[in-house]
Amino acid sequence: MKTAATMSPADGKRYNVWVASRTNLIILGFGVCVLVVLALFPLFAGIPWTRRLVDFFTLLALASFWNLMLGYAGLISVGQQGYIGIGSYTLWLFADVLHINPFIGVIFAAIGGAVIALPAAKLVFKLKGGYLAIGTWVIAEILRLIVANIKRTGGGSGITIQAATKLGTDVRVPGSYWWGLASAVIAIGFSYFLLRSRTGLGLKAIRDNDLAAESSGVNLWRMKLYTYVIAGAGCAMVGAIVAIHLLRVQPAAAFSVNWTGYLIFITVIGGIGTLEGPIIGTLIYFILREMTSKYGEWYFIVLGLLAIIVTIWSPSGLYGLVVQKWNFFLFPLQRKVKIRAAATEPQAVAAESGGTTV
Amino acid sequence: MDWINAATQGILLGGLYALFAVGLSLVFGTMRLVNLAHGDLTILPAYVALMLVNAFQFNPFYSIPITMAIMFVVGYLLQSGLLNFVVGKGDVAGVIVTFGLSMVIQNGLLLAFTANSQGLDAGRVENLSIKINDRLAVGWLPLIIFLMAVVVITVLQVYMGRTKMGRAFRAVSDDTEAARLMGINTKHIWAMAMGVALLIGAIGGVMMGIRTTFDPLLGNQRLIFAFEAVIIGGMGSAWGTLLGGIILGLSQTLGAQAFGSAWSILVGHLVFVIVLTFRPQGLMAKTVTA
Repeated sequence: MKTAATMSPADGKRYNVWVASRTNLIILGFGVCVLVVLALFPLFAGIPWTRRLVDFFTLLALASFWNLMLGYAGLISVGQQGYIGIGSYTLWLFADVLHINPFIGVIFAAIGGAVIALPAAKLVFKLKGGYLAIGTWVIAEILRLIVANIKRTGGGSGITIQAATKLGTDVRVPGSYWWGLASAVIAIGFSYFLLRSRTGLGLKAIRDNDLAAESSGVNLWRMKLYTYVIAGAGCAMVGAIVAIHLLRVQPAAAFSVNWTGYLIFITVIGGIGTLEGPIIGTLIYFILREMTSKYGEWYFIVLGLLAIIVTIWSPSGLYGLVVQKWNFFLFPLQRKVKIRAAATEPQAVAAESGGTTV
Repeated sequence: MDWINAATQGILLGGLYALFAVGLSLVFGTMRLVNLAHGDLTILPAYVALMLVNAFQFNPFYSIPITMAIMFVVGYLLQSGLLNFVVGKGDVAGVIVTFGLSMVIQNGLLLAFTANSQGLDAGRVENLSIKINDRLAVGWLPLIIFLMAVVVITVLQVYMGRTKMGRAFRAVSDDTEAARLMGINTKHIWAMAMGVALLIGAIGGVMMGIRTTFDPLLGNQRLIFAFEAVIIGGMGSAWGTLLGGIILGLSQTLGAQAFGSAWSILVGHLVFVIVLTFRPQGLMAKTVTA
């Protein structure tokens, strides 16, 4: 991880290509400690705080999947609520109809999301840009209307997940907490390793210039398909966790476009196209929610206004400001070249910019 | 006979959808901006008309020209004050800013007028109809709305094709940089396009307010119907948009006739999916996707 390659080209200079700095290794150690504390959190913290963190992790996971689509494949979806809803209802199907443990049902929900995302992708990819965004919304609406018309699931008034109710609070809350934490780790970890891989190099090339990437042999269509299906599966997984956590699913809430509002706000405030952005964005979203959610409509007006202001005046978000100032990355993805000429001091050159496309 | 009745209703409903869709298509055609707040910006004029009717106690039909003028100004200022910043900066910025705008308008309307349904009372015309026989009647109001859509599209076509301003619109649409070099003030043209789009949306918004009830949350559905009409009809063609609206309206009313009203909107979406699958460029496409 530390040193990717050392080359000695003909000009006599030595080049070191490296990804992680020493600071990053210290942070990695610190991050592992934080993760251990978070994993043990439900054992020493009370139910209310554990519940709050379930909300936090599920939103962080959703935002990270959304960011993977938008920030790296240039796909802008305003229809992820379709997959969240499908995940919730697939969980109901597996837990209450097929009598599978709800915590295992989460995995099936993710598969269900992928199964729907595959044909949906082929359809919406016929559209471009902003029209593609509305196309994803239509898919979400179709899924909502189908579910709301099924009598078995209680139609528009929704249904209680009996299997989750039977679990009891002392099993259900920590269980959904660990799944929530796992979903956030999966979303960020998966994005990280995907972006470090060959596929990821293609995705970053698409982010920076899709035309140039395609002419260099990156299969744009397939890359977009992968990320869309992964995000669909991920959002369905989170939808299932939310269903266990809330015990009840309703079409109007599970398929609500407000989900997209949260995801846009979180990702834009934090910084599109960086893995760190959604973490900062989710933190800010939570602080704002604690402060203003009791004002109802004003809360959404503030979210909308902030998303507009940041997009126009600071499109790289808060994390973009950090990168601009210190060129620091919590999750190192940039390959940096260190040139060691015989006479001169070693100098570091950033090979790839960490900027965003917006 | 029920089927013929449903089909007639569907065709007339298509005119209303076209009134919403033309503005969305015009804005996209001129500046490649997909305005996700377009639906909410057709709900807004209905509330403007409601306030006018409450203040002056006149028939809502008289509020239409005033509302159109107000929405034109709103559109012009919205574009020049905010949306001009995102034109030409890629799709992402446009989608995010207009989505945020949609959240602001929707919740602003909720704050001001609550979630209750409202209606505009136009008196006797709402119930008048042309009786063709015992079981088939065409309502005057839906017919007037449909004819308005035809007139609006005709006027828009003449305006775009024959006037100096229309030529500037098309020039900016074809090549912004070249148009700017020729001395066209592109920012003014974009603002005019948004103004005209919202002016047309105001006709649809107020007429729909007279025809049925409305509430602040209807904007999302309006946007989706307008979008479906544009895609079914084919981008860049105003008559195509009318055709798209008619096909969407027909699918919804015939779907309701066949499977019950709960399935009406879903059948409309499915027809959209079928068109997108087999003819993604739309039925009367003029331009390709940007």
